[in-house]
Amino acid sequence: MADAEIIPIGTRGQPGRATGTRPSSAARGLAPGAAKKPTRKGADAAAPTESATAAGKPADTRKPADTRKPAAQRSAAPKAAAKPAAEPAPAAPRDDDPVIRTASLLDPPAASALPEQARPAARTEERGAGPLAGIPIGDWLAAFQHAARELFGDQWEPQLARFLAFLRRRVTGDYAVDEYGFDAEITEQFFMAALRPIAQKWFRIEVRGVENIPTTGGALVVSNHSGTIPVDGLMTMVSIHDQTGRFLRPLGADLVFRMPVVGTVARKGGATLACSEDAERMLRGGELVGVWPEGFKGIGKPFSDRYKLQRFGRGGFVSAALRTGVPIVPLSVVGAEEIYPLVGNIPSLARLLGVPYIPITPFFPLLGPLGLVPLPSKWLLEFGEPIRTDEYDAGAAEDPMLVFNVTDQVRETIQQTLYSLLMQRQSVFR
Amino acid sequence: MSAGRTVLVTGVSRDLGRTFARTLATDPGVDRVIGVDVIPPRGDLGDVTFVRADIRNPVIAKVIAKEDVDTVVHMSVIATPGSAGARGTMKELNVIGTMQLLAACQKSDQVRQLIVKSSTTAYGASNRDPAMFTEEMEPRRPPRTGYAKDVSEVERYVRGFARRRPDVDVTLLRCANVIGARVVSPVTSYFRLPVVPTVLGYDPRLQFLHESDLNRALRHAVVAGRPGTFNIAGDGLLVLSQALRRMGRASVPLPAFAFGGLGSALKSARRADLSPELVSFLTYGRGVDTTRMRTEFGFEPHYSTAGAFEEFAATLPPAARRSERALAALADRLPPVDDDRPAQLTVAPASLAVAPVPEV
Repeated sequence: MADAEIIPIGTRGQPGRATGTRPSSAARGLAPGAAKKPTRKGADAAAPTESATAAGKPADTRKPADTRKPAAQRSAAPKAAAKPAAEPAPAAPRDDDPVIRTASLLDPPAASALPEQARPAARTEERGAGPLAGIPIGDWLAAFQHAARELFGDQWEPQLARFLAFLRRRVTGDYAVDEYGFDAEITEQFFMAALRPIAQKWFRIEVRGVENIPTTGGALVVSNHSGTIPVDGLMTMVSIHDQTGRFLRPLGADLVFRMPVVGTVARKGGATLACSEDAERMLRGGELVGVWPEGFKGIGKPFSDRYKLQRFGRGGFVSAALRTGVPIVPLSVVGAEEIYPLVGNIPSLARLLGVPYIPITPFFPLLGPLGLVPLPSKWLLEFGEPIRTDEYDAGAAEDPMLVFNVTDQVRETIQQTLYSLLMQRQSVFR
Repeated sequence: MSAGRTVLVTGVSRDLGRTFARTLATDPGVDRVIGVDVIPPRGDLGDVTFVRADIRNPVIAKVIAKEDVDTVVHMSVIATPGSAGARGTMKELNVIGTMQLLAACQKSDQVRQLIVKSSTTAYGASNRDPAMFTEEMEPRRPPRTGYAKDVSEVERYVRGFARRRPDVDVTLLRCANVIGARVVSPVTSYFRLPVVPTVLGYDPRLQFLHESDLNRALRHAVVAGRPGTFNIAGDGLLVLSQALRRMGRASVPLPAFAFGGLGSALKSARRADLSPELVSFLTYGRGVDTTRMRTEFGFEPHYSTAGAFEEFAATLPPAARRSERALAALADRLPPVDDDRPAQLTVAPASLAVAPVPEV
């Protein structure tokens, strides 16, 4: 588009080039009121048609056949060109206004042509103190009250007091963490609050079979794993908390706890290392534990393998459930596969960095950070009927064949549910 | 237990050992307490008989034989070279000293009980650790240097001794980081720094044991005589950021690679000793399970982890706590919070928050 080519931002002339005797145009533009070109332009602006044709030219040369569009641009261009001519009058500098003084690049052309060029450069104190100094304390208080009312509703005083009490607890360290480093307060007030809009608005998560999650006592939620980045774990945590009020305690790979920040946040959010000791300890403690037995094989699988369950580890989760006698709740997640379609991998770089894979998605390295925005697929979470483990004998966990059988049973249940959910799904994004 | 016991305590020149020996000497079930160390203790030893001997040479066997010692409390596994000199001396004191002491105990017919104060450093600290170590767990990565290696070697010798002398009750106490007003250890000198450095992006879980609880646990071990390995720690955990907030002390997060460099700078300035095992502890943290301490060992610490830390923090110079005071001043102007309900960070729109109950 021709519009994009005439945006008058930046240096007028060759950027950053000085000829030796003259400073560069960028430098001239920065010097207080020393620009010559703008004055000329200001004079030119008296005849807007000329600059309009100049502006419209690139479009003309590019698309000679299309006659209507350049015409439209020509009518738009005079407006843009006329603007500098019209502006000087209202923006004439006033001595009592400190804000105007600071601008030199943005000054209208006529302003820089005025004789008072030796005006001292504006200072930030001048600028900052000016508008704020005149406001009386009463207005400040009123504004504060108004803001508090806007934010907390009419009951703002107790609400604000409660919020302050929360802040004080955080600042003084007056909160409790459990033995895994789980900080219930910050999880509920902060992590969950941050994730909830993503779960509800972005992925529009639909949860089915909540009644299959036990309301009390230990239980093991076993889920499929997908999505390149374990977003599905976070979304499962939020959904379970919102539906049942219980915290899901995820079991994470040791890589999670090796990474700075990530490991700390994971522990504060209730995660712990996926090892049999921790799993059994949590289940004995009556926690709702979440496990993703596919691990990195699951989230790092290519997009073409979506919704095909990978090997379910070595069945360690089943032994943990058998030893503690808690039910296994199979969970099938549909939608997480499409958030970052994994189309490529750089195994050599991954080995170098010691991570399982370096993902390439259609958007990731290409669009940079923008590629990290997950695609807004529609998610379905279905909790299946709990598989009881308390009916087996005491030594059942030591029987590998039984463990494999139960593992396969859980895996098949999840796979079948995935297929049926995929059949029910209208489309990926709806 | 039978009266008229003679207890030998090693490492009495240091504060914890001296205090323990002194309180043990007042115990009615204990007849005599003999304190052994290379250098004489600075403080008052009370009724304790001090014998200046080096446990690194066979003299210790003579002491044990001559004094009819029936209980040996080994407390001279040190975490920091400190006054002892360099790392080489420290290792010799820890490992060779333990070897000689155990050899002397094995030789003696009177010794009935051996109590070794070890440390939870034996479990190491890494990202592959389970949340809570129980007594039968091993470190995920065997320690290669420093104090951690000393501790694991000492424990190996103690296990070997227990195998060779099954008639002797061996109690191995793995104590969490001992903290208290007078304790000088790598951890306490770390928390005494004016600005506490932390490892950027990590918030380790910490467990503490109050010095008086260590004293009581050791006394309990002598009196009750429960053989086995036990974790000794205060209840609950603190994470480092929380501990620092409770102290009101400023902290500066440093990336992991800079943290080690700072450690050696602090060491040369004799302010703190950020040894490798302390760095990994301050990176990944550690928790130990104390169920067996209660059920089998039969000991209940007075101080929780938070309580012990609070007691320790109270002895430090008070911090500014500016933000805390500002928040308190602001909170005073608002009505008191009647319920214990946490604040709502997710704010409902005003219309929802005060929606009037519809009249039916």
